[in-house]
Amino acid sequence: MATNWTINGVREALTAKKISARELTAEFYKRIEARNPELNAYLALSPERAQAQAERVDALVAAGKPLPPLAGVPVAVKDVISTRGTKTTCGSKILEPYVPAYDATAIERLEAAGAVILGKTNCDEFAMGSSNENSAYGPVKNPVALDRVPGGSSGGSAAVVAAGLAVASLGTDTGGSIRQPGAFCGIPAMMGSYGRVSRYGLIAFASSLDRIGPFATSVGDVARVLQAIAGRDPRDSTSTTDAVPDYLAEMDKPVKGLRLGIPKEYFAPGMDEGVRKKIEAGIEIYRKLGCELVELRMPHTDYAIATYYIIATAEASSNLARFDGVRYGLRVDGDSLVGMYRKTRGAGFGAEVKRRIVLGTYVLSAGYYDAYYLKGQKVRALIARDFREAFTKVDAILTPTSPVPPFKLGERTADPLQMYLADIYTVTGSLAGVPGISVPCGKIDGKLPVGLQLFGPAFGEARVLQLAQAFEQNGGATV
Amino acid sequence: MAKSASENSALAPEILAKYEPVIGLEVHVQLQTRTKIFCSCSTRFGDAPNSNVCPVCLGLPGTLPVLNKRAVEMGVRASLAINCAVHEHSRFARKNYFYPDLPKGYQISMYDQPLATGGWLEIEHEGARKRIGITRLHLEDDAAKALHEGFSAADKSYVDYNRGGTPLAEIVSEPDIRTPAEAYAYLTTLKQVMLYTEVSDCNMEEGSLRCDANVSVRLRGAEQFGVKVEVKNLNSFRYLQKAIEYEIERQIGVLESGGKIFQETRLWNQNEGRTIPMRSKEKAHDYRYFPEPDLLPVHVSAAWREAIRAAMPEMPDAKRARFVSQYGATPYDAAVLTETRARGAYFESVVQAGAPGKSAANWMQTELLRRLNDSGKEIEASPVAPAALAELISMVEAGQITAAVGKKVFAAMFETGRAAKEIVAAEGLGQISDTGAIEQAAREVIEKNPDNVAKYKAGNEGVFKFFVGQVMRATKGQANPQAINDVLKKLLS
Repeated sequence: MATNWTINGVREALTAKKISARELTAEFYKRIEARNPELNAYLALSPERAQAQAERVDALVAAGKPLPPLAGVPVAVKDVISTRGTKTTCGSKILEPYVPAYDATAIERLEAAGAVILGKTNCDEFAMGSSNENSAYGPVKNPVALDRVPGGSSGGSAAVVAAGLAVASLGTDTGGSIRQPGAFCGIPAMMGSYGRVSRYGLIAFASSLDRIGPFATSVGDVARVLQAIAGRDPRDSTSTTDAVPDYLAEMDKPVKGLRLGIPKEYFAPGMDEGVRKKIEAGIEIYRKLGCELVELRMPHTDYAIATYYIIATAEASSNLARFDGVRYGLRVDGDSLVGMYRKTRGAGFGAEVKRRIVLGTYVLSAGYYDAYYLKGQKVRALIARDFREAFTKVDAILTPTSPVPPFKLGERTADPLQMYLADIYTVTGSLAGVPGISVPCGKIDGKLPVGLQLFGPAFGEARVLQLAQAFEQNGGATV
Repeated sequence: MAKSASENSALAPEILAKYEPVIGLEVHVQLQTRTKIFCSCSTRFGDAPNSNVCPVCLGLPGTLPVLNKRAVEMGVRASLAINCAVHEHSRFARKNYFYPDLPKGYQISMYDQPLATGGWLEIEHEGARKRIGITRLHLEDDAAKALHEGFSAADKSYVDYNRGGTPLAEIVSEPDIRTPAEAYAYLTTLKQVMLYTEVSDCNMEEGSLRCDANVSVRLRGAEQFGVKVEVKNLNSFRYLQKAIEYEIERQIGVLESGGKIFQETRLWNQNEGRTIPMRSKEKAHDYRYFPEPDLLPVHVSAAWREAIRAAMPEMPDAKRARFVSQYGATPYDAAVLTETRARGAYFESVVQAGAPGKSAANWMQTELLRRLNDSGKEIEASPVAPAALAELISMVEAGQITAAVGKKVFAAMFETGRAAKEIVAAEGLGQISDTGAIEQAAREVIEKNPDNVAKYKAGNEGVFKFFVGQVMRATKGQANPQAINDVLKKLLS
């Protein structure tokens, strides 16, 4: 039996009746049972739901009916995405007992496409973090290098796919939380344009930045999952009405002659030498494929981290206000209403979440709003303009995903600012709303994965996927 | 310390007269949409607690608001009705504060870019008309209802989220109001306009019309406004006036005794008949407004706005003026007849069915409205249809029955719902113009009252009225008054 399942592999095996969806589901639960205690990547499993879905798929196979695109594919979902009947904790104590009453749109679409949802993956608390060490339920270990972090905040979703505990998974990306763990765990990982995938059911960290996107073991599978979840959702006013193109048909086109922008600002001092060498080798692959390499200037890049942490924390301070102990989740009684609020939120939130709520509350406060939040929005518009102007000259932008390879567990936890700088190459695209992917770009010393990041213009997912797949098919993972 | 009401009332009229009150009202109107502003739950009032709720209006994690287009449309209607400029672009913001009736931890409310600004309403008070400016109208979602009393567990509060997410329009007036009576007139006029446009049912008891007042006082002639105090909890027209009266006198009392007014929010306490401090400016919320990232900006195109305008009903002012010019109604009658849209429509139906305007106006005011009021019925549920009233009026006008009989017939119509003709025929109430019958009755009256005949013949003209009355009585009010006059004159000469 194959160890490395792909979406096509599952489809062929089911159609040829080499395995049933139920057997495949059971196999994955066995793998999880064996491997998860070490990795701590799954927080909750949903075997009944998975079993019921597998049975539906098996019934289709038995009846000889056409199979939906993700039929029987075992997937995992980050624990910030609402799943009816299965605990959704956001990696936080404050939601420890919370079981949603409804499914996120992405969940409905995954299941409509035939996917089997195995369970919920560990993450930084409320998706706030870059190493998965901010989870109230303990850190996730990087399956590629066990003494290292898997990246964050979607560390669990990256780890389960890299470890073969799911064929694909959903993560969320606010400032790099899909792409950076994808890079750290050595798998492709993508966020579509803002508005491409419905946020309905995604428990908000920063509403104007949050996006749901896939992890898989190949760019093709990333495209297949994105295809299944993308598209207008009347329950999310910010989801676009633009039609979703056929990514798989688009991405097989040759990349020769496409223009790739290399922004100088992303290759400044501070980047790990090992990462630099791998990315330079990656660029050579594109040169050989006949892409035109264009040096770019994106002058507002330096302000991205500050801008991001102002806007994201401002929105977070408001989004997290609903966790007040009144209706659901943790409640710690107090001697008054305000006392209850304080005790509940004091006990329920971890240090990083509190830090960001305080920051966000500050930047929105009377007297500070103009200097911080409003200014941040203006800089954000300038960063978005940098991207728009770049895309008049190039078809895509190439950068490293992270300035450093996966670091050791505990190495950066003492210094929040160091941790924030891990997002330096990813937050720009988040602020600009453009699609981005991280594809494996070799391993430093054959051990630590490096990710190469590609940005495309808004709603240019097909172009990003096309370039990423060409990279993957021409030795990108082993440069 | 707040002064008590009795201390306030001790202020001499000449002291009070030194000051000019400055009042602005903030009115919340629930829009009569079928569903809530950001989800599709019902807005029905009075359902079992927490039965009209869903993940969105409960603010469950991960849910998102979707704007109800009908709420925007009603907001535009309301804005046009109060003469505001409706903006092509407006947007919602988040108003952040913690309270159990606010499940998201923030209210979604328009802030720096409201739906409409720069309007006015004309009020009438003691015969004078005055224009009150309206600063803005913006949309927001209502909070849920926190319930603190009436439960077995005394230490618990409960929250009913049915109301949470009901669309509200907040209408903020300019500080153009100068007396509690003007405030009353403004709220009455605003309510009338909201009812006319069918934007809200404006039911204060059910909370669909709520009012806060900003009150300050300054020495007459002073240019600068005094420090304003916000008075909340004005849940009836009567409280509104009383609370503002109290607050004005309280502030004057403080100033007169050398004190200072502090910017604060005070709550009207009906039982104690006074306002009590709720929170000071120092403790005022910092709502940390910022644009709501979960919603797109609101776009009201000129075409949409004009389509809404075209569908607007005639407003009370215009209708009043038309009733005067078209039907010859007095300004007073016109005001009464246009008080509600239904009343105006009833009146016009009566006229259309053939009644002269003046008679229709008289009959409605003296008979119909009185009886409706006595029986607690709305005009829409009147047992007498406009056409039926028109028929009665035409019978009186044609002399088929007397006005006196007409009133009796109307009473019967109101009671039974039967037609005037039917009642007149069944009860033999037709007017007697037959001089023979009248003459016979007149002769009997003259025979029985020789003294008065003598007085009349001695030149006491006043006695004539007595004879008319007696003959009218003898003919049960059915005799034609002119015929009675003629016959009596002949017999007594």
